[in-house]
Amino acid sequence: MSTIVSTETAAAPAVADDLPDRPKPLASRALDFCRRQPLGTLGLALVIVMLVAGLGAELLAPFDPTSNDFAAMTEAPSWAHLLGTDQFGRDLLSRIIFGARTALIVGFTCAVVGGASGLVLGVGSAYFGGAIDMTLQRVFDVVMAFPLIVMALAVVSVFGTGVHNVIVAITIPLIPRCARVVRASALSIREVPYVDAARACGFGHARIILRHMVPNVMAPFLILLTAFVGQAILAEASLSYLGLGVQEPTPAWGLMLQGGAEEYASTAPWIAVFPGLAIALTVFGISLFGDALRDALDPKLRDR
Amino acid sequence: MYRYIVNRVLLMIPTLVGAAILVFLLMRLIPGDICVVRLASGGGTFNAHAVDLCHAEVGMDRPVIVQFLDFIWGLCRLDFGISMWSGKPVAYEIAVRLPVSLEIALLATVVAILIAIPLGTISALKQNSWIDLVVRTVAIAGIATPSFWLGIVVILAILDITDALTGSPWMPPIDYVSLWHDPIRNLSMVFWPAITVGYRYSAVTMRMTRSAMLEVLREDYIRTARAKGLLEQIIVNRHALKNALLPVITLIGIEFAFLIGGLVVTEQVFNINGIGRLFVLAVQNQDYTLTQALVMLTVVTFVVTNLIVDLFYAWIDPRIRYG
Repeated sequence: MSTIVSTETAAAPAVADDLPDRPKPLASRALDFCRRQPLGTLGLALVIVMLVAGLGAELLAPFDPTSNDFAAMTEAPSWAHLLGTDQFGRDLLSRIIFGARTALIVGFTCAVVGGASGLVLGVGSAYFGGAIDMTLQRVFDVVMAFPLIVMALAVVSVFGTGVHNVIVAITIPLIPRCARVVRASALSIREVPYVDAARACGFGHARIILRHMVPNVMAPFLILLTAFVGQAILAEASLSYLGLGVQEPTPAWGLMLQGGAEEYASTAPWIAVFPGLAIALTVFGISLFGDALRDALDPKLRDR
Repeated sequence: MYRYIVNRVLLMIPTLVGAAILVFLLMRLIPGDICVVRLASGGGTFNAHAVDLCHAEVGMDRPVIVQFLDFIWGLCRLDFGISMWSGKPVAYEIAVRLPVSLEIALLATVVAILIAIPLGTISALKQNSWIDLVVRTVAIAGIATPSFWLGIVVILAILDITDALTGSPWMPPIDYVSLWHDPIRNLSMVFWPAITVGYRYSAVTMRMTRSAMLEVLREDYIRTARAKGLLEQIIVNRHALKNALLPVITLIGIEFAFLIGGLVVTEQVFNINGIGRLFVLAVQNQDYTLTQALVMLTVVTFVVTNLIVDLFYAWIDPRIRYG
């Protein structure tokens, strides 16, 4: 930071004093983040690798993830099949690359939809208070009391399995978890004078909530959002592993661990090891990035 | 304080009633019929009359509202009825499986506390040192690793290591014997799932310990303690840790309540006949009475744990007094 500021002051000494906190270009801010948060950068790199794998699966995967090759069943990793093949002769690397797409679609959709609903409900609950707040809190209590996996189990049993229903099943329990945290920070903002000022100006509820309150709970919300992506990916893997989530032939990491991974564990350990490693590395990357983001966004932690 | 307790207990009622309504409706929305599942599993053919008879037997021929009131009235008397699938009392089905799940959960908690609190404290004291980096990385890895996959890897490792050492692969026993009856056999069974679940549990706790410690170490009274020349050990143990443990205790409590959910998958991996397996079975068989009882058990555990944690808070921290 110091180097960049000093070059700016050297170039334009007259305005430097007037604009001590001029926003730096995005590229140099990104560079700053990488220098201060090496672990976070590693996390970001892992997430980018998974994103590339998920987006370009057709181009990157060496084999069709669903085609069986009965001449090459449970083959150990080799040059032909870098991560080996499963009990149906399907290439594991290709299935993991396509599995990244499923995991990321579920992870990001659940986090964004669940997070956005939780944000609106949480801020709304704090802003209106009274009976609305009380009712919403009790409803959240009920939903929160169900463990995530149990709630998901129930939703999947009602609507059936498959990617879309898995997304619904994981999103619903995320909403109250987000609303709780957002409500807590919104409650303190409601008492701040500028909200009173906005009300005195005669602004509508929607405008005060969206323009004055939502931007101020963004920091905890963003941190929560990254945590949700990881949680959703883990929940999807668990559900698919239990046979209640994504169904064959869609390639999904949890599903790859279900189909015979345990039976073949001693003879063909690669079937069990690699898909789990893919899950762990992705969530690891997201969590590292989330932690670094928290440190970067929280001014109390910034200069520690 | 007294009013606060009464208030908190009264607030539990709407949560419990809400959960009861939710699980009752959810179960009845699920397409399928326990009687058809039961008759079909017996093999052979069956007619509508047999299904009607079965409905009468399990009480599904009554109006839905009557079934619901019966369910609620049963909850009030702590009578969960008869399992629609096995025909045995729900209380019996749960009682048979509860000890093993509870033991795993308790052992996992002990593992988590023993690992998390010392490491989290060291990590905070030596912030940004290599120890801190290692602890933080291990903790994040613990949150990122799916417990069922870790379970598979643990089983794999046990098989390989015992095979290499003794020449024949060894597997943990899968039938449960009580701790008092045969402690070695009992522990050799519950230890593996406990460390599998305990790793994630300790990772979450470690992170909380670290951040709570970091916050407390910046308080004025810690500076005062240092300024008057107190031993670092006394500052950490008596002044910092005691205050930092409050949020950690909350987290341990809440995570313990959620363990029932976490065990669903882990019990599947280790082939353990506990509450988690029973849960999956009950939902798959559309066993209304059993599923409802299990969900209510989980919800009650969660709500009661929350209450205990809150009361504990008020008791341990003299600054907190609720009117």
